[in-house]
Amino acid sequence: MYRYDEFDHAFVKARVAEFRDQVERRLSGALTEEQFKPLRLMNGVYLQLHAYMLRIAIPYGTLAPRQMRMLAHIARTYDKGYGHFTTRQNLQFHWPALKDVPEILEKLASVEMHSIQTSGNCIRNVTADHFAGAAADEVADPRPYAEILRQWSSLHPEFSYLPRKFKIAVTGAESDRAAVQVHDIGLHLKKSPEGRLGFAVYVGGGLGRTPMIAKKIRDFLPEEDLLSYTTAILRVYNLHGRRDNKFKARIKILVHETGTEELAQQVEREYLALRESELKLPEDDIQAIREYFAPPLLPVRSEGEALLASATATDARFATWVRRNLHTHKHPDYACVTISLKGIGEVPGDISADQMEAVADLAERYGQGEIRVSHEQNLVLPHVARADLKAVYEGLVEIGLATANAGLVTDIIACPGLDYCALANARSIPVAQQIAIRFADQSRQEEIGDLKLKISGCINACGHHHVGHIGILGVEKKGAELYQVTLGGSGDENTTLGEIIGRGFGADEIVDAVETIVETYLGLRQDKSETFLAAYRRLGSAPFKEALYGSEAKAA
Amino acid sequence: MKLLAANRLLDGVAVWAGPDGVWVEDIGQAEIARDGDAEARLEQIGREAVARNLVLDIELIDIDVVDGAVRPLRLRERIRAAGPSIHPELGKQAAKQAASLV
Ligand code: SF4
Repeated sequence: MYRYDEFDHAFVKARVAEFRDQVERRLSGALTEEQFKPLRLMNGVYLQLHAYMLRIAIPYGTLAPRQMRMLAHIARTYDKGYGHFTTRQNLQFHWPALKDVPEILEKLASVEMHSIQTSGNCIRNVTADHFAGAAADEVADPRPYAEILRQWSSLHPEFSYLPRKFKIAVTGAESDRAAVQVHDIGLHLKKSPEGRLGFAVYVGGGLGRTPMIAKKIRDFLPEEDLLSYTTAILRVYNLHGRRDNKFKARIKILVHETGTEELAQQVEREYLALRESELKLPEDDIQAIREYFAPPLLPVRSEGEALLASATATDARFATWVRRNLHTHKHPDYACVTISLKGIGEVPGDISADQMEAVADLAERYGQGEIRVSHEQNLVLPHVARADLKAVYEGLVEIGLATANAGLVTDIIACPGLDYCALANARSIPVAQQIAIRFADQSRQEEIGDLKLKISGCINACGHHHVGHIGILGVEKKGAELYQVTLGGSGDENTTLGEIIGRGFGADEIVDAVETIVETYLGLRQDKSETFLAAYRRLGSAPFKEALYGSEAKAA
Repeated sequence: MKLLAANRLLDGVAVWAGPDGVWVEDIGQAEIARDGDAEARLEQIGREAVARNLVLDIELIDIDVVDGAVRPLRLRERIRAAGPSIHPELGKQAAKQAASLV
C-alpha cells in the first residue's frame, strides 16, 4: 500500500500541531465556537447528540494491521472501546473528548492516518472497490488512481471551498462494487480496444434529498488525463454550482439543471485547455504510484482445494461461511474473505478494540498484511490462501466475527441514525438489529438469497437506502419514528433508485413489513435463481403493494 | 415545561442546566422552567455559560414530568438523556433509568 514520504509526514504533523493550537485556543476561550467550528470540521470533529465524533479517513478503504491496531488502541484509550465503520469506508469514533483529539490525531499520524477532509465542502475520501487488487474480474487495480486523486485533492487550494462536499469513487472491475454511479464523480477503469487503460467518467450521481444517477459524460478517458479531466469537471462545478442554496449545491443539481450534453461540453472545453498542462500524468509517475500497490507475491498453495473439501465436508458451519463470505481471487489458490460486521443482533459496522486487534493478527498471519473496509460496512481480507481459510474462520469464530451472511438479508447497511446523529429523524440501528434477528435462521436467509437491505435515519441517506433492493428511510411523524420503504434500488453497474412503495410503517410494524415483502418475493419468484431484485424488476411494485396494504392499495 | 440542554465544550457530553448554574449530566437533576420567566432565566444562564466557554449548542427542550420523572417530549431528547438505545452494556445507557426513557 501507499507509504507516506517525507513530505506527507511533515504535512500531517504540521496539521496536527496546528489543530492542537486551535483546540487550546478554543478551550482557553480565545476562539469562539463560531470561529472554531469550521476548523474542527476540517479535522473531522463533529458534535453529535451525546458527544463529539471523530471521523478518520481510510483512503479507498485500505488498512494495514499496524493501523488497525492503532485504531484499537485509540478506541480503548480515548473512546468506549469500539469504533464504527461507515458507508464511506471511514471509521468513526463516537465518544472522543475534544481535549483528547490532538493527541489522537498525533497517534494516527504515527501510522500514516488523519482526519483531514472528512468533512466540509471539499473533495472527500476517495473510495474504491474493496476487492481492489485481488478480484478475478478486475481490469486493473483502481487504487493507484484513487491515491493519485487523494494526493492531488489534499488541501487543493482551488477546491477547498466548493459549493458543497464532493465524493469520487473508482472501480476497476466490470461489476461495480464501489457504487460509482451514485457519486459526484464515478470512474470506471477499463481497457480500450488497443489495450490502453482509461476511464468511463460518470458525473452528478448522489443520494440524499434529491437522489440522482450519474450521467456518463465520457466513454474513455486515457489514464494520463485523469487529473486534467477531473480538474475540468471541478472547475465547471466550482464556477456554476449553486452556492445560493445548500439543498441545490451538489453537482448532481448542476448537471440536472444544465443538461448533460451542455455540461459535458463545458467540461470538454476546460479539458482541452488543460490537457497538455502540468496536470498530464507522466507514465513514470503513474508507475511509481502503482508500485506501492504491487500485488503481494502469492506462493502456490495448491493443497487448498483438498483441505477445503475435507474441512467443508466435516464442518457444516464452515461450509456455510465458505459458501457466503468468499469472493473469487485472481489467483486460483487464494480467496477474498469478507469479515461480516453484521453479527445477528449486533450494530452494523461496529467493531470492538479486541476484534480489531484479532483481525490485524489474522491479516498479518494469513492475509499478506492487508485489510479492507467495504462501503457495506464489512471488513475484507483480500488475499487469503484457500488452504488457510479454516484457520482464518476459526480465528473469526473466536472473536464472534464469523457470521456467514455476506450479501444476505441480514447483511444490512445502517447509518448511525438517531442513536448518535444530531441530524437524524429516527433510529436506524435498532431496526437493523430487529430485522436481522427476525431473519436469523441461516437456511431461511440462504433460501431468500442475495438481498441488499439499507437503512438511513434521515433524508441525507448515509445508509444508501435509495439503492437498497429494500430501502428503509426513517422519518419523524407526530413525534414518533416512521419508516418509509423503497423497493428495487440498486447501486451496482445497473444502478436504479428504489421506488417508494406507499405509506410508512411504525417502529413496531417495519420488521413485519419487511417480512411481508420478502415472503411476497418468495411466493412469486420464478425459481431460486431469480433474485429479489430481478423479481422486482420483472413484477413491478403492484404485488408488493397489494401484500403490504391490501385493499387500501387497490383503492389508491 | 422546559429544560435547557447543551453539550459540554471539553468533552461534548450532553448536559442540562441544573440548580445554581451547575450543569448536570443526569436530566433528572435539571432545573425545570414552568413559565416564561423561568425559561428566560435558564436561557440567560445558558448564554453566560456559552460566553464562558463551558457549553455549546444550548437549546430549550419541552418536557413532561411523568410519575415524578422528567420525560422529554421528543424522542431525540429522550435518547440524548438516556444514551444510545444500543450497546446496553456501555456508557450511561447501562445506568439507572436510561432504558425507561426511550
Ligand atoms: S442518514 Fe441522516 S441520520 Fe443517518 S447518519 Fe446520515 S445524517 Fe445522520
